[in-house]
Amino acid sequence: MRLNPRFTDKFIRGALLFQALFTVSILVFIVFIVFIKGAANITPQFIFSYPEDMGRHGGIFPAILGTVFLAVLSIALATPLGVGTAIYLTEYTKESTLTRIIRFGVESLAGIPSIIYGLFGFIFFVIKLKLGWSLLSGTLTIMIMVLPTIIRTAEEAIKAVPRNLRIVSFSLGATKWETVTKVVLPSAAPGILTGIMLSVGRAVSETAAVIFTMGSSLRLPTSLLDSGRTMAVHFYILAREGISLEKAYATALVLVVSILLINIAAYYTMNKMIGRYS
Amino acid sequence: MDVKVAIRQLRVRFSKKEVLKGIDLDIFRHRISGLMGPAASGKSTLISVINKMVSFEDGVTMSGSVLLDGEDIINGDIDEVGLRKRIGTVFATPIPLPRSIFENVAYGPRLNKNYSRPDLYALVEESLRKAFLWDEVKDRLQESAMKLSGGQQQRLCLARTLALKPEIILLDEPCSGLDPISTAKIEEALSELKDQHTIILVSNNTKQIARATDFVAFFYMGELIEFGHTDKVFTTPAARMTEDYIQGKFG
Repeated sequence: MRLNPRFTDKFIRGALLFQALFTVSILVFIVFIVFIKGAANITPQFIFSYPEDMGRHGGIFPAILGTVFLAVLSIALATPLGVGTAIYLTEYTKESTLTRIIRFGVESLAGIPSIIYGLFGFIFFVIKLKLGWSLLSGTLTIMIMVLPTIIRTAEEAIKAVPRNLRIVSFSLGATKWETVTKVVLPSAAPGILTGIMLSVGRAVSETAAVIFTMGSSLRLPTSLLDSGRTMAVHFYILAREGISLEKAYATALVLVVSILLINIAAYYTMNKMIGRYS
Repeated sequence: MDVKVAIRQLRVRFSKKEVLKGIDLDIFRHRISGLMGPAASGKSTLISVINKMVSFEDGVTMSGSVLLDGEDIINGDIDEVGLRKRIGTVFATPIPLPRSIFENVAYGPRLNKNYSRPDLYALVEESLRKAFLWDEVKDRLQESAMKLSGGQQQRLCLARTLALKPEIILLDEPCSGLDPISTAKIEEALSELKDQHTIILVSNNTKQIARATDFVAFFYMGELIEFGHTDKVFTTPAARMTEDYIQGKFG
């Protein structure tokens, strides 16, 4: 029996809409729970003061700054390295055994669970290079962890820039580097930014790799060799060790809201960039 | 009349296939030379040898010589980037950079040296005027070049090339996608530009070649069949094949 096509269409549309709504509602539900449980404890004092008694009382100021330091430093290192790799792979070399090995390596790196990065960082940076549990060890570990994401997204974004634009730039007497910096990268910027935002999200929310390399000191890190903790680690320890669920949810709320704000800011910049000349 | 570009026994191969089979051709200074012929006759390849864009292709081998003001640009150790500043190219499809109209024209000059703002503005205006586009865009130089029509975009590409003050301008079927009015504007611009530039115009359109060029070369399957004054070639062609092509018997 053949179903009425108009009915089938309506049914499919309804089913897809349901799926989309279901997905969004899970997200909304999570944010809602975090909000309900955390909002009561959010005060200026919670954000701007130091924790007391393992975090049972007081605020999360060092954890907020620890998160910012770790994310900013690791992304600041990973972005030039990752984008540079992507530029090399797409613009400066032809497909060869070497590029295939690099790509294979990048893809393998992407599939490794973060705890392995944590163990590597612990053995190599913390022990071998004697950096100790420190902001520096954490930064380097997270940098390695997010590199594959940045490389892959940047590579795709650069490949998507039409070949014609490069030809035009060369025909106007531009060198390869001028063409890359003045034509290719500006056109690829929105895609590259997406990869960077994903990486910021991973750096901010990572726990396992951070505990192993940056430690979990409650003090504010004032040098690269100080230990510290991020909001995600703070949340994990508060909840895992039953110190204070209220403070844990409040920390989670600050974390969720900051990720949201970062994303909104990134999309705003991106749309501005795209909208400018198209 | 002196020779700007002297092509001698030029052979070009892409891997196994020979696309130019020993070409001898003189391009005269401050004249418009047309290259015509059916598809795959080697016209565009000749253009890409002169501006060295051929370097971006894989598996190309060349022999013979191309002398630009007496200097061999295919055998010598030539600075390709510098060469492309002396030889401007306008492609078949208009390809504006995703920037403003002003920034498109200013792109090439900015690569060369630091212009002061007024100098750069003057150069952009001059270039747009020469390309017969200034009046249409003077009030919206900061708008995206993507918003222009196809014909305006192609004149923008011409202006962008002119801003480099090139000695030679290569146009590779620049009007193939344009309406008659835009085509007429481009041809009008070219006839004024030849006082200061040597122009090579590739076209499939024999009527355009007849209207716009001083000399014409007819290519077929990688060989130069006939070369001469446009008037002469179009009235009393030497080769039977040229006559058939002009009359539209093949192409």
